[in-house]
Amino acid sequence: MKLGRSHNASLTRTVAFVSAMALWPLNAHAHLISTGLGPVYDGIIHFALTPEDLIPALALALFAGLRGKDYARRVIFVLPFSWLMAGFLGTLTAVPPPASLSWLPLLLVGGMVAADLRLSFGATTTIAVLLGAFLGYANGAAMAQAGPGLRAVLGISATVFVATTLVAAFVAAWQSGWIRIAWRVAGSWIAASGLLLLGWSLMAR
Amino acid sequence: MRFTSTTRCLVLVLPAAFASPAFAHIQPGEAGGFLTGFLHPISGLDHVLAMVAVGLWGAQLGAPAIWLLPVTFPIVMAFGGLLGLLGIPLPGVEIGIAASALLLGVAVMTERKPPLYAAAALVAFFAIFHGHAHGTELPPGQSGLLYSLGFVVATGCLHAVGIAIGGVHRWPVGQVALRLAGGGVGLAGVFFLWQAMA
Repeated sequence: MKLGRSHNASLTRTVAFVSAMALWPLNAHAHLISTGLGPVYDGIIHFALTPEDLIPALALALFAGLRGKDYARRVIFVLPFSWLMAGFLGTLTAVPPPASLSWLPLLLVGGMVAADLRLSFGATTTIAVLLGAFLGYANGAAMAQAGPGLRAVLGISATVFVATTLVAAFVAAWQSGWIRIAWRVAGSWIAASGLLLLGWSLMAR
Repeated sequence: MRFTSTTRCLVLVLPAAFASPAFAHIQPGEAGGFLTGFLHPISGLDHVLAMVAVGLWGAQLGAPAIWLLPVTFPIVMAFGGLLGLLGIPLPGVEIGIAASALLLGVAVMTERKPPLYAAAALVAFFAIFHGHAHGTELPPGQSGLLYSLGFVVATGCLHAVGIAIGGVHRWPVGQVALRLAGGGVGLAGVFFLWQAMA
Protein backbone atom coordinates (compact mmCIF):
# COMPACT_ATOMS: atom_id res chain seq x y z
CA MET A 1 0.00 0.00 0.00
CA LYS A 2 2.84 2.33 0.97
CA LEU A 3 4.63 1.38 -2.22
CA GLY A 4 1.45 2.22 -4.18
CA ARG A 5 1.21 5.70 -2.61
CA SER A 6 4.84 6.40 -3.47
CA HIS A 7 4.21 5.20 -7.00
CA ASN A 8 1.21 7.57 -7.29
CA ALA A 9 3.25 10.54 -6.10
CA SER A 10 5.96 9.73 -8.61
CA LEU A 11 3.37 9.45 -11.35
CA THR A 12 1.84 12.80 -10.36
CA ARG A 13 5.26 14.48 -10.49
CA THR A 14 5.96 12.96 -13.88
CA VAL A 15 2.58 14.05 -15.24
CA ALA A 16 3.08 17.55 -13.85
CA PHE A 17 6.55 17.80 -15.38
CA VAL A 18 5.48 16.50 -18.81
CA SER A 19 2.40 18.73 -18.84
CA ALA A 20 4.51 21.73 -17.93
CA MET A 21 6.91 20.98 -20.78
CA ALA A 22 4.02 20.52 -23.18
CA LEU A 23 2.50 23.80 -22.13
CA TRP A 24 5.74 25.70 -22.61
CA PRO A 25 5.11 27.40 -25.93
CA LEU A 26 7.62 28.15 -28.63
CA ASN A 27 7.24 30.20 -31.76
CA ALA A 28 6.35 28.28 -34.90
CA HIS A 29 7.97 29.51 -38.10
CA ALA A 30 5.81 29.11 -41.17
CA HIS A 31 8.34 30.46 -43.63
CA LEU A 32 11.59 28.84 -42.56
CA ILE A 33 10.91 25.78 -40.51
CA SER A 34 13.62 24.70 -38.14
CA THR A 35 13.82 20.93 -38.12
CA GLY A 36 16.34 20.90 -35.31
CA LEU A 37 18.51 18.64 -37.47
CA GLY A 38 20.67 21.37 -38.96
CA PRO A 39 20.59 23.75 -41.95
CA VAL A 40 20.73 21.06 -44.64
CA TYR A 41 17.51 19.49 -43.37
CA ASP A 42 15.98 22.95 -42.89
CA GLY A 43 16.63 23.52 -46.59
CA ILE A 44 15.10 20.17 -47.54
CA ILE A 45 11.94 20.89 -45.56
CA HIS A 46 11.78 24.44 -46.91
CA PHE A 47 11.74 23.17 -50.50
CA ALA A 48 9.21 20.44 -49.73
CA LEU A 49 6.82 22.89 -48.05
CA THR A 50 7.16 25.84 -50.44
CA PRO A 51 4.82 25.33 -53.40
CA GLU A 52 6.25 28.38 -55.21
CA ASP A 53 9.54 26.44 -55.48
CA LEU A 54 8.34 22.87 -55.55
CA ILE A 55 5.66 23.11 -58.25
CA PRO A 56 7.71 24.84 -61.01
CA ALA A 57 10.58 22.37 -60.43
CA LEU A 58 8.24 19.40 -60.67
CA ALA A 59 6.51 20.95 -63.69
CA LEU A 60 9.84 21.20 -65.52
CA ALA A 61 10.59 17.58 -64.62
CA LEU A 62 7.15 16.72 -65.99
CA PHE A 63 7.91 18.58 -69.21
CA ALA A 64 11.32 16.92 -69.59
CA GLY A 65 9.83 13.50 -68.90
CA LEU A 66 7.17 14.06 -71.55
CA ARG A 67 9.88 14.95 -74.08
CA GLY A 68 11.81 11.73 -73.40
CA LYS A 69 14.80 10.29 -71.59
CA ASP A 70 17.45 12.54 -73.16
CA TYR A 71 15.62 15.69 -72.12
CA ALA A 72 14.96 14.26 -68.68
CA ARG A 73 18.64 13.35 -68.16
CA ARG A 74 19.70 16.86 -69.13
CA VAL A 75 17.17 18.67 -66.93
CA ILE A 76 17.74 16.63 -63.78
CA PHE A 77 21.39 17.71 -63.72
CA VAL A 78 21.17 21.24 -65.15
CA LEU A 79 18.30 22.44 -62.94
CA PRO A 80 19.81 21.55 -59.52
CA PHE A 81 23.28 22.74 -60.58
CA SER A 82 21.93 26.09 -61.73
CA TRP A 83 19.83 26.25 -58.54
CA LEU A 84 22.94 25.63 -56.43
CA MET A 85 25.11 28.20 -58.21
CA ALA A 86 22.44 30.89 -58.08
CA GLY A 87 21.76 29.96 -54.47
CA PHE A 88 25.41 30.59 -53.60
CA LEU A 89 25.16 33.96 -55.31
CA GLY A 90 21.96 34.72 -53.39
CA THR A 91 23.61 33.95 -50.06
CA LEU A 92 26.37 36.43 -50.94
CA THR A 93 24.08 39.28 -51.97
CA ALA A 94 21.17 38.49 -49.58
CA VAL A 95 18.94 40.72 -51.72
CA PRO A 96 15.74 38.81 -52.58
CA PRO A 97 14.13 39.24 -56.01
CA PRO A 98 10.59 40.65 -56.17
CA ALA A 99 8.20 38.05 -54.75
CA SER A 100 5.49 39.24 -57.11
CA LEU A 101 7.17 37.33 -59.97
CA SER A 102 6.47 33.89 -58.49
CA TRP A 103 3.58 33.44 -60.93
CA LEU A 104 5.89 33.53 -63.95
CA PRO A 105 7.55 30.07 -63.68
CA LEU A 106 4.19 28.45 -62.98
CA LEU A 107 2.52 30.02 -66.00
CA LEU A 108 5.48 29.45 -68.31
CA VAL A 109 6.39 25.86 -67.43
CA GLY A 110 2.79 24.79 -66.78
CA GLY A 111 1.84 26.22 -70.18
CA MET A 112 4.68 24.30 -71.81
CA VAL A 113 3.40 21.05 -70.32
CA ALA A 114 -0.25 21.78 -71.19
CA ALA A 115 0.62 22.65 -74.80
CA ASP A 116 2.98 19.63 -75.03
CA LEU A 117 5.43 22.06 -76.59
CA ARG A 118 8.13 20.48 -78.74
CA LEU A 119 11.06 22.61 -77.69
CA SER A 120 14.60 21.96 -78.86
CA PHE A 121 17.19 20.40 -76.56
CA GLY A 122 19.02 23.73 -76.26
CA ALA A 123 15.88 25.71 -75.48
CA THR A 124 14.88 23.22 -72.78
CA THR A 125 18.36 23.43 -71.25
CA THR A 126 18.18 27.23 -71.26
CA ILE A 127 14.80 27.17 -69.52
CA ALA A 128 16.19 24.78 -66.90
CA VAL A 129 19.15 27.11 -66.30
CA LEU A 130 16.92 30.19 -66.04
CA LEU A 131 14.40 28.49 -63.76
CA GLY A 132 17.15 27.19 -61.48
CA ALA A 133 18.82 30.60 -61.43
CA PHE A 134 15.58 32.44 -60.60
CA LEU A 135 14.37 30.12 -57.85
CA GLY A 136 17.86 29.30 -56.54
CA TYR A 137 18.82 32.95 -56.19
CA ALA A 138 15.59 33.67 -54.31
CA ASN A 139 16.26 30.69 -52.01
CA GLY A 140 19.86 31.74 -51.41
CA ALA A 141 18.88 35.31 -50.51
CA ALA A 142 16.11 34.08 -48.21
CA MET A 143 18.42 31.56 -46.51
CA ALA A 144 21.09 34.21 -45.99
CA GLN A 145 18.55 36.47 -44.33
CA ALA A 146 17.02 33.69 -42.23
CA GLY A 147 20.35 32.32 -41.01
CA PRO A 148 20.98 28.79 -42.35
CA GLY A 149 22.75 30.14 -45.44
CA LEU A 150 24.83 28.07 -47.79
CA ARG A 151 24.25 24.64 -46.28
CA ALA A 152 20.48 25.09 -46.56
CA VAL A 153 20.92 25.89 -50.27
CA LEU A 154 22.89 22.66 -50.58
CA GLY A 155 19.99 20.76 -48.99
CA ILE A 156 17.50 22.44 -51.30
CA SER A 157 19.55 21.70 -54.44
CA ALA A 158 19.98 18.06 -53.45
CA THR A 159 16.23 17.77 -52.91
CA VAL A 160 15.57 19.42 -56.27
CA PHE A 161 17.77 16.75 -57.86
CA VAL A 162 15.99 13.88 -56.09
CA ALA A 163 12.48 15.22 -56.69
CA THR A 164 13.00 16.08 -60.35
CA THR A 165 14.74 12.76 -61.01
CA LEU A 166 11.85 10.79 -59.53
CA VAL A 167 9.19 12.76 -61.41
CA ALA A 168 11.03 12.88 -64.73
CA ALA A 169 11.79 9.14 -64.57
CA PHE A 170 8.20 8.32 -63.68
CA VAL A 171 6.76 10.47 -66.47
CA ALA A 172 9.27 9.27 -69.07
CA ALA A 173 8.40 5.68 -68.28
CA TRP A 174 4.66 6.14 -67.96
CA GLN A 175 3.02 8.26 -70.63
CA SER A 176 1.07 6.05 -72.97
CA GLY A 177 -2.39 7.08 -74.14
CA TRP A 178 -4.56 8.58 -71.43
CA ILE A 179 -1.71 9.06 -69.01
CA ARG A 180 0.03 11.54 -71.28
CA ILE A 181 -3.21 13.53 -71.38
CA ALA A 182 -3.38 13.42 -67.59
CA TRP A 183 0.14 14.95 -67.41
CA ARG A 184 -0.97 17.70 -69.79
CA VAL A 185 -4.07 18.37 -67.70
CA ALA A 186 -1.79 18.69 -64.65
CA GLY A 187 0.25 21.21 -66.64
CA SER A 188 -2.87 23.21 -67.45
CA TRP A 189 -3.77 23.27 -63.76
CA ILE A 190 -0.30 24.61 -62.93
CA ALA A 191 -0.52 27.26 -65.66
CA ALA A 192 -4.01 28.27 -64.49
CA SER A 193 -2.73 28.59 -60.93
CA GLY A 194 0.07 30.80 -62.23
CA LEU A 195 -2.44 33.01 -64.01
CA LEU A 196 -4.51 33.34 -60.85
CA LEU A 197 -1.36 34.07 -58.86
CA LEU A 198 -0.63 36.90 -61.31
CA GLY A 199 -4.03 38.28 -60.38
CA TRP A 200 -3.20 38.00 -56.68
CA SER A 201 0.12 39.76 -57.26
CA LEU A 202 -1.46 42.62 -59.20
CA MET A 203 -4.25 42.92 -56.67
CA ALA A 204 -1.76 43.15 -53.80
CA ARG A 205 -0.13 46.25 -55.34
CA MET B 1 9.68 16.65 -1.98
CA ARG B 2 5.93 16.91 -1.68
CA PHE B 3 3.74 18.52 -4.33
CA THR B 4 0.50 20.04 -3.02
CA SER B 5 -2.41 20.42 -5.39
CA THR B 6 -1.80 24.19 -5.48
CA THR B 7 1.82 23.68 -6.52
CA ARG B 8 0.77 21.23 -9.21
CA CYS B 9 -1.75 23.72 -10.56
CA LEU B 10 0.84 26.49 -10.56
CA VAL B 11 3.36 24.28 -12.36
CA LEU B 12 0.77 23.45 -14.99
CA VAL B 13 -0.70 26.91 -15.46
CA LEU B 14 2.30 29.22 -15.16
CA PRO B 15 3.97 28.21 -18.46
CA ALA B 16 0.80 29.24 -20.25
CA ALA B 17 1.41 32.78 -18.99
CA PHE B 18 4.61 32.84 -21.04
CA ALA B 19 2.71 32.07 -24.22
CA SER B 20 4.01 33.87 -27.28
CA PRO B 21 2.17 33.99 -30.59
CA ALA B 22 2.59 31.16 -33.09
CA PHE B 23 2.99 32.17 -36.72
CA ALA B 24 2.24 28.86 -38.37
CA HIS B 25 -1.30 29.76 -39.27
CA ILE B 26 -2.19 32.23 -41.98
CA GLN B 27 -1.89 35.92 -41.36
CA PRO B 28 -4.98 38.14 -41.57
CA GLY B 29 -5.80 38.86 -45.19
CA GLU B 30 -3.95 35.87 -46.58
CA ALA B 31 -5.64 33.19 -48.63
CA GLY B 32 -7.14 30.31 -46.75
CA GLY B 33 -5.07 27.64 -48.44
CA PHE B 34 -5.68 24.63 -50.58
CA LEU B 35 -8.78 23.33 -48.81
CA THR B 36 -10.61 26.67 -48.91
CA GLY B 37 -9.80 27.00 -52.60
CA PHE B 38 -10.86 23.43 -53.24
CA LEU B 39 -14.22 23.91 -51.53
CA HIS B 40 -14.99 27.16 -53.34
CA PRO B 41 -16.08 25.81 -56.77
CA ILE B 42 -18.05 22.93 -55.25
CA SER B 43 -19.99 25.18 -52.91
CA GLY B 44 -22.30 26.43 -55.70
CA LEU B 45 -24.65 24.04 -57.49
CA ASP B 46 -24.67 26.16 -60.67
CA HIS B 47 -20.88 25.79 -60.97
CA VAL B 48 -20.95 22.10 -60.11
CA LEU B 49 -23.61 21.20 -62.70
CA ALA B 50 -21.96 23.22 -65.47
CA MET B 51 -18.51 21.71 -64.79
CA VAL B 52 -19.88 18.17 -64.68
CA ALA B 53 -21.82 18.90 -67.89
CA VAL B 54 -18.55 19.86 -69.61
CA GLY B 55 -17.21 16.42 -68.73
CA LEU B 56 -20.42 14.69 -69.87
CA TRP B 57 -20.37 16.52 -73.18
CA GLY B 58 -16.67 15.74 -73.65
CA ALA B 59 -17.42 12.05 -73.09
CA GLN B 60 -20.20 12.18 -75.69
CA LEU B 61 -18.02 13.99 -78.22
CA GLY B 62 -15.12 11.57 -77.73
CA ALA B 63 -11.49 12.22 -78.66
CA PRO B 64 -10.00 14.78 -79.07
CA ALA B 65 -12.69 16.91 -77.35
CA ILE B 66 -12.69 14.69 -74.28
CA TRP B 67 -9.14 15.79 -73.42
CA LEU B 68 -9.06 19.18 -75.17
CA LEU B 69 -11.87 20.62 -73.05
CA PRO B 70 -10.34 19.74 -69.65
CA VAL B 71 -6.94 21.08 -70.77
CA THR B 72 -8.21 24.42 -72.08
CA PHE B 73 -11.00 25.06 -69.58
CA PRO B 74 -8.83 25.70 -66.46
CA ILE B 75 -6.59 28.17 -68.28
CA VAL B 76 -9.49 30.14 -69.77
CA MET B 77 -11.30 30.01 -66.43
CA ALA B 78 -8.17 31.32 -64.71
CA PHE B 79 -8.11 34.17 -67.22
CA GLY B 80 -11.68 35.01 -66.16
CA GLY B 81 -10.51 34.75 -62.53
CA LEU B 82 -7.68 37.17 -63.32
CA LEU B 83 -10.20 39.67 -64.70
CA GLY B 84 -12.30 39.26 -61.57
CA LEU B 85 -9.29 39.68 -59.27
CA LEU B 86 -8.29 42.85 -61.08
CA GLY B 87 -11.81 44.20 -60.69
CA ILE B 88 -12.46 44.38 -64.43
CA PRO B 89 -16.25 44.19 -64.73
CA LEU B 90 -17.96 41.57 -66.85
CA PRO B 91 -21.66 42.18 -67.49
CA GLY B 92 -24.20 39.46 -66.81
CA VAL B 93 -21.92 37.05 -64.96
CA GLU B 94 -24.72 35.22 -63.16
CA ILE B 95 -26.76 35.04 -66.35
CA GLY B 96 -23.72 33.66 -68.18
CA ILE B 97 -23.24 30.95 -65.54
CA ALA B 98 -26.91 30.00 -65.63
CA ALA B 99 -26.85 29.98 -69.43
CA SER B 100 -23.82 27.69 -69.36
CA ALA B 101 -25.74 25.09 -67.33
CA LEU B 102 -28.74 25.47 -69.64
CA LEU B 103 -26.88 25.26 -72.96
CA LEU B 104 -24.42 22.58 -71.90
CA GLY B 105 -27.30 20.54 -70.48
CA VAL B 106 -29.20 20.90 -73.76
CA ALA B 107 -26.06 19.95 -75.72
CA VAL B 108 -25.77 16.75 -73.66
CA MET B 109 -29.50 16.05 -73.88
CA THR B 110 -29.59 16.40 -77.66
CA GLU B 111 -26.12 14.83 -78.14
CA ARG B 112 -25.19 17.85 -80.20
CA LYS B 113 -21.86 17.31 -82.00
CA PRO B 114 -20.60 20.61 -83.38
CA PRO B 115 -17.10 21.03 -84.90
CA LEU B 116 -14.34 20.83 -82.33
CA TYR B 117 -13.46 24.54 -82.50
CA ALA B 118 -17.11 25.50 -81.91
CA ALA B 119 -17.40 23.22 -78.87
CA ALA B 120 -14.10 24.52 -77.47
CA ALA B 121 -15.11 28.14 -78.10
CA LEU B 122 -18.48 27.66 -76.41
CA VAL B 123 -16.95 26.02 -73.33
CA ALA B 124 -14.15 28.64 -73.19
CA PHE B 125 -16.74 31.45 -73.43
CA PHE B 126 -18.60 30.08 -70.41
CA ALA B 127 -15.32 29.38 -68.57
CA ILE B 128 -14.67 33.14 -68.47
CA PHE B 129 -17.96 33.74 -66.62
CA HIS B 130 -17.28 30.98 -64.11
CA GLY B 131 -13.71 32.19 -63.56
CA HIS B 132 -14.79 35.79 -63.20
CA ALA B 133 -17.40 34.90 -60.58
CA HIS B 134 -14.78 32.96 -58.60
CA GLY B 135 -12.22 35.73 -59.05
CA THR B 136 -14.45 38.40 -57.57
CA GLU B 137 -15.36 36.11 -54.67
CA LEU B 138 -11.80 35.09 -53.83
CA PRO B 139 -10.64 36.39 -50.45
CA PRO B 140 -7.91 39.02 -50.68
CA GLY B 141 -4.43 37.76 -49.91
CA GLN B 142 -0.74 37.86 -50.62
CA SER B 143 0.03 34.17 -51.04
CA GLY B 144 -2.80 32.71 -53.02
CA LEU B 145 -0.98 29.86 -54.76
CA LEU B 146 -2.41 27.05 -52.66
CA TYR B 147 -5.85 28.64 -52.83
CA SER B 148 -5.57 28.93 -56.61
CA LEU B 149 -4.35 25.35 -56.93
CA GLY B 150 -7.23 24.06 -54.82
CA PHE B 151 -9.67 26.10 -56.86
CA VAL B 152 -8.32 24.81 -60.20
CA VAL B 153 -7.95 21.20 -59.03
CA ALA B 154 -11.55 21.15 -57.76
CA THR B 155 -12.78 22.37 -61.15
CA GLY B 156 -10.68 19.72 -62.88
CA CYS B 157 -12.07 17.05 -60.56
CA LEU B 158 -15.62 18.10 -61.45
CA HIS B 159 -14.74 17.65 -65.13
CA ALA B 160 -13.27 14.26 -64.31
CA VAL B 161 -16.48 13.27 -62.53
CA GLY B 162 -18.43 14.26 -65.66
CA ILE B 163 -16.06 12.29 -67.90
CA ALA B 164 -16.26 9.26 -65.61
CA ILE B 165 -20.07 9.35 -65.59
CA GLY B 166 -19.96 9.91 -69.34
CA GLY B 167 -18.20 6.57 -69.65
CA VAL B 168 -21.65 4.94 -69.68
CA HIS B 169 -22.06 6.39 -73.18
CA ARG B 170 -20.66 3.14 -74.63
CA TRP B 171 -23.90 1.29 -73.74
CA PRO B 172 -27.29 2.11 -75.33
CA VAL B 173 -28.94 2.39 -71.90
CA GLY B 174 -26.11 4.63 -70.78
CA GLN B 175 -26.65 6.93 -73.75
CA VAL B 176 -30.29 7.38 -72.75
CA ALA B 177 -29.25 7.97 -69.13
CA LEU B 178 -26.75 10.60 -70.24
CA ARG B 179 -29.37 12.40 -72.28
CA LEU B 180 -31.69 12.37 -69.29
CA ALA B 181 -28.90 13.73 -67.10
CA GLY B 182 -28.32 16.46 -69.68
CA GLY B 183 -32.02 17.29 -69.54
CA GLY B 184 -31.77 17.56 -65.75
CA VAL B 185 -28.81 19.93 -65.98
CA GLY B 186 -30.71 21.99 -68.58
CA LEU B 187 -33.76 22.24 -66.30
CA ALA B 188 -31.54 23.33 -63.43
CA GLY B 189 -30.07 25.91 -65.82
CA VAL B 190 -33.57 27.28 -66.46
CA PHE B 191 -34.05 27.60 -62.71
CA PHE B 192 -30.69 29.36 -62.28
CA LEU B 193 -31.52 31.67 -65.20
CA TRP B 194 -34.87 32.53 -63.64
CA GLN B 195 -33.08 33.30 -60.37
CA ALA B 196 -30.45 35.43 -62.13
CA MET B 197 -33.05 37.41 -64.03
CA ALA B 198 -35.28 37.96 -61.00
